[in-house]
Amino acid sequence: MSGGTNPQLGADGRLVHLLTLEGLPAATIVSILDTAEPFASIGERDVKKVPLLRGKAVFNLFFENSTRTRTTFEIAAKRLSADVINLNIGASSTSKGETLLDTIDNLVAMNADMFIVRHAQSGAPHLIASHLAATGKPHVHVVNAGDGRHGHPTQGLLDLYTIRHYKHDFRALSVAIVGDVLHSRVARSLIHGLTTLGTPDVRVIGPQTLMPARVEALGVSVHHDMREGLAGCDVVVMLRLQSERMKGALLPSSGEYFKHYGLTPEKLALAKHDAIVMHPGPMNRGVEIDSAVADGARSVILPQVTFGIAVRMAVMSMIAGA
Amino acid sequence: MGAHADPPGVNLPDAEAALAALAERMRAGVAHDAAFVGIYSGGAWLAERLASLVPGNHAVGYIDVSFYRDDYAKKGLKAGARRSELPFDVAGASIVLIDDVLYTGRSTRAAINELFDYGRPAAIELAVLVDRGGRELPIEPTYTGVRVACARALSIVLSRAADGALALGVEPAGAP
Amino acid sequence: MTSIAIVNGRVVDPAGGTEANADLFVAEGAIAAVGKAPKGFRADRTIDATGLVVAPGLVDLNARLREPGLEHKATLDSELRAAVAGGVTRLACPPDTDPPLDEPGLVEMLRQRARQARRAHVHPVGALSAGLLGTTLTEMGELADAGCVAFSQGDVALADTLVLLRAMQYAATFGHRVWLRPQDAHLARGGVAHDGEIATRLGLPAIPACAETIALGTILALARETGVRLHVQRLSTAAGVAMVRAAKRDGMPVTCEVAAHHLHLCDIDIGWFDSQARLDPPLRGTSDRAALRAGLADGTIDVVSSDHAPVDDDGKQLPFGEAESGATGLELLLPLTLKWAREDRIALPAALARVTTLPASILGVAAGRLDVGEAADLCVFDPEAWWRVERRALASQGRNTPFLGHEVPGRVRYTLVDGAVVYEG
Repeated sequence: MSGGTNPQLGADGRLVHLLTLEGLPAATIVSILDTAEPFASIGERDVKKVPLLRGKAVFNLFFENSTRTRTTFEIAAKRLSADVINLNIGASSTSKGETLLDTIDNLVAMNADMFIVRHAQSGAPHLIASHLAATGKPHVHVVNAGDGRHGHPTQGLLDLYTIRHYKHDFRALSVAIVGDVLHSRVARSLIHGLTTLGTPDVRVIGPQTLMPARVEALGVSVHHDMREGLAGCDVVVMLRLQSERMKGALLPSSGEYFKHYGLTPEKLALAKHDAIVMHPGPMNRGVEIDSAVADGARSVILPQVTFGIAVRMAVMSMIAGA
Repeated sequence: MGAHADPPGVNLPDAEAALAALAERMRAGVAHDAAFVGIYSGGAWLAERLASLVPGNHAVGYIDVSFYRDDYAKKGLKAGARRSELPFDVAGASIVLIDDVLYTGRSTRAAINELFDYGRPAAIELAVLVDRGGRELPIEPTYTGVRVACARALSIVLSRAADGALALGVEPAGAP
Repeated sequence: MTSIAIVNGRVVDPAGGTEANADLFVAEGAIAAVGKAPKGFRADRTIDATGLVVAPGLVDLNARLREPGLEHKATLDSELRAAVAGGVTRLACPPDTDPPLDEPGLVEMLRQRARQARRAHVHPVGALSAGLLGTTLTEMGELADAGCVAFSQGDVALADTLVLLRAMQYAATFGHRVWLRPQDAHLARGGVAHDGEIATRLGLPAIPACAETIALGTILALARETGVRLHVQRLSTAAGVAMVRAAKRDGMPVTCEVAAHHLHLCDIDIGWFDSQARLDPPLRGTSDRAALRAGLADGTIDVVSSDHAPVDDDGKQLPFGEAESGATGLELLLPLTLKWAREDRIALPAALARVTTLPASILGVAAGRLDVGEAADLCVFDPEAWWRVERRALASQGRNTPFLGHEVPGRVRYTLVDGAVVYEG
C-alpha cells in the first residue's frame, strides 16, 4: 500500500473505515458530529437501541488492554443492535505466532462485519484496512480505537463534539493541549480535527522531553511554560501522564511534573473565565490534574464520556452503511 | 416555495385546503388527549398546525425515522438525521402519528417501530395529508386529507413558506 | 572458453571517462580488444549491442546474501542470480550473518559456495570484533588471507570506543580497511523512522539525525588518530555528508557510500505506514536527500551501493514498527543510479564510475575497468528501456522494495563474468 489515496474513503468519497482524522474533509467531520446529535438522545429512552446494525457482528479486537474504551464501543455497538464479540489479545496470543493479518483472516471467515481495533503499533488499523481491500472484502469495516502514538480518531471526534457543544464555533477558539504530546494519539487526532475545522489557535504545552520533533508542522504553537500557554484559552485538554515516562528518563517524578504542568485552580484561572476543562481519561488525580478542577464547575470530563457513546454510534452506523 | 408547475397526469390539490379537510376529520375522531407525533419534516409541520386546529389537550412530538429505515443496507445512513423529541410518556399514550405523504407505508412502519422503543402506547392512529396509494405494506391511514394519483417517477413533497403557508409540489423520485 | 564479439554497442569506460561507439572482444575470459578485433579473432558468439551500452560489470559494496544462517530469507544462489540480473558482477557482503564471518573457515566456505554458483564474484567483509560482540579483536590477518577485503561490524553497534580504537589501530598496522556504518545505538534505540515531521504525524518512534552524526564524529576522530583506511557506509544525513566533506578536505583517507534508495526516497514515502519503506538507516528528510545527491555529484560520497537486504513477505506484512527493515536492491542499483544521473545531469561515464571503478578501488581489486587483459566482467544494458518494478520481475527471493510499482530506467540485457554470459534478459 503506497501513500496515495486515503484508504478510509471509498471511491465515492464516503467513509468506509475510520482510521485517522488526517485527510478527512471538514464536511465529513462535521457530518459525523451532526449524526452523533440524534444518537445522543437514545440513552435517555427506555429501549436504548436502534436497529441499524442488527445482525452485524462487531469484533472488539484489543491488542492493548483498555476496559473503558472497549466498554464504550461495546455499548455503542449494542445500542445499534449489533452482536458484539470481545477479543482481548494480549501478548500471550501473539506469542503463539499468529500474525495480526492471520487473526483478521480467521475472523473474516467467521463473518465479521466490523473490527474495532486497538493496537500498540502505529499503523496497524491501516494495515488491516489495506489487507481487507487486497483480499477483496469491501463489506468489512475497520474503526481505529487507538494505534500506538498515531491516532485515536473516535476520541478526537468526541472531543470535537464536546467542544462544539459548549463553544459552538471552532473558528473563534483558543485550545490548549497539555501533557505528553510525544506519546499521545489523543493529542494527534484532536490536533488534526481542530485544524481541519479551522481552529485558529491550537497550543501544545509540555516539557521538551514530551514534545515530538517539528510538532509545529501539525499547525500548533509550542509552549513549555504552562501559565503562558494557558493565557486566554477557551478549552484546556489535559492528557494522561503514564508512569512509564518516569522510568524512561523523560521526567524525574510525577511530583515535579504536577508542579510545572498539573492543572490547578490557580493555573486554570489564567484561561478564560468560562473555559472548559477536558480529559480523555482515565485521570491521574494529583499528577496531571487537581481534584478541585476535575470535579469543578468547568470540568466537562463526564459529559465527554456520554458524548463518546453517541459519537461511536454515529461512526459505526456511517461506515457500516457504506 | 418549491412548487413546480403541474406536469400532465398529476392533479395537485391545495395543501391548505387538504389540511383543513384533514383537521375536520380528525376533530370527529381523535381522543381528547391524544398526542400528535409528526414525522420530520413535513409531518412535524402538520403536527404543529393540527395541534391548534383540533381541539383538545394534544402534546406535540417529533420523530426522525432515519435509524429505523429498512433501506440502510442498500443506501447507508442518510445525512441530516435529527433528534426525535417526545415530551410525553409513550407508555399508555394514545398517539396520532402524522405524516405528509403516505406512499409505500415503509416510513410509517419505521415510525411505529421507533415509538415502541420508547414504550408501549395504548393506541396509534395514522393521519396523513396526502395518500397517493402504492402501498407495499398493509398500512392504512385513519385520517386522510386528500387522495392523489401520482406517477412512480415522481415524488410529492410538502414545503413550508416563511410565513408558514404550506404547499404541495412534485420532484423526480430519488431527489435528495 | 567462448570467444565473444559484442558489436555495435556504445562502450562506456568510466575509468577513462569516455564513451564511444565501438565493438568489444572477449577471449579466454578476458577483454581481448576494444575497437578493432584482434588478429585472428574468431567469435564463437556475436552479441548485437545496437542501442545498448557496454560497460564494466557493476561493483556493489553492500549486498546481503543471507548465507550463512538466514536461508529462509534468501540463499546465495537466488541472490547471486539477482545480482547478475542487475548487471552486478562483483559484490561485497557484510559479516553479520549467522554465525558472523569471524572465522577463516566460514569465509572460505562462503567464497567456495559463491565460486560454485558461477555468477558474480563475492568478497566477504570480515568481522571487526569476535562474534561482532565488540569486546575482542578477530584474526584479521587470517581472515584477510581467507579473502576478506575489509573489516566491519555490519549493523551491530560497537559502543566501546576503546575497543573500536584498538581495532582500528590493529587494522591500520597491517593496512587493512575498516568499513563502518555510523549509528549510535542509544539514540537509535526503539526508533523506526527519521525524527522529523513525518514521524511526528504518524506517531512512529524516531531516530534523530544526530544518531548518525554523533557516531560518525566518533568514527572519524578515531580514524584520524589511527590513520586507518576508513570507508563510511550507508550515509543518510545532510550533516553527515558535511562531516565527510570536511574530513576529506583535511586529507583523511576516508571514502563514503550511500544506499541507492536514499538518493530517491525520503520519509514522506512512508505514506500510510508502508512497511516497504521500513529501512535502516531510515528514509530521512528532503534536505537530507538533496545533500546526499549533491554529495554524490561532487565526490564527497564516492559510491552508490544497493544495500540489498532481502526480506520475505512475512517480514513485511506487519505493522510498520514490527516489520523487518530492508529491501531488495541488487536489481535496482543500475536503474537507480541511471535515474539519479539523468535527473541531476551527470554524464554516463561519471555516473557509472560510482558503481564500477570507484567501488572496485575501495575493494582494492582491479576491476570495473575495460582495459585489455582485464577479466571480462561486463554489463550490457539498454539505458532507454524503462521498466516497472514488479514482484514477478525480480529474481531475488525477497521481493519487497519501496520501489514496487515505480518505473525505472535501464534494463540489463547481458551480464558477463570472466568472459562467460551469466545472464541474458
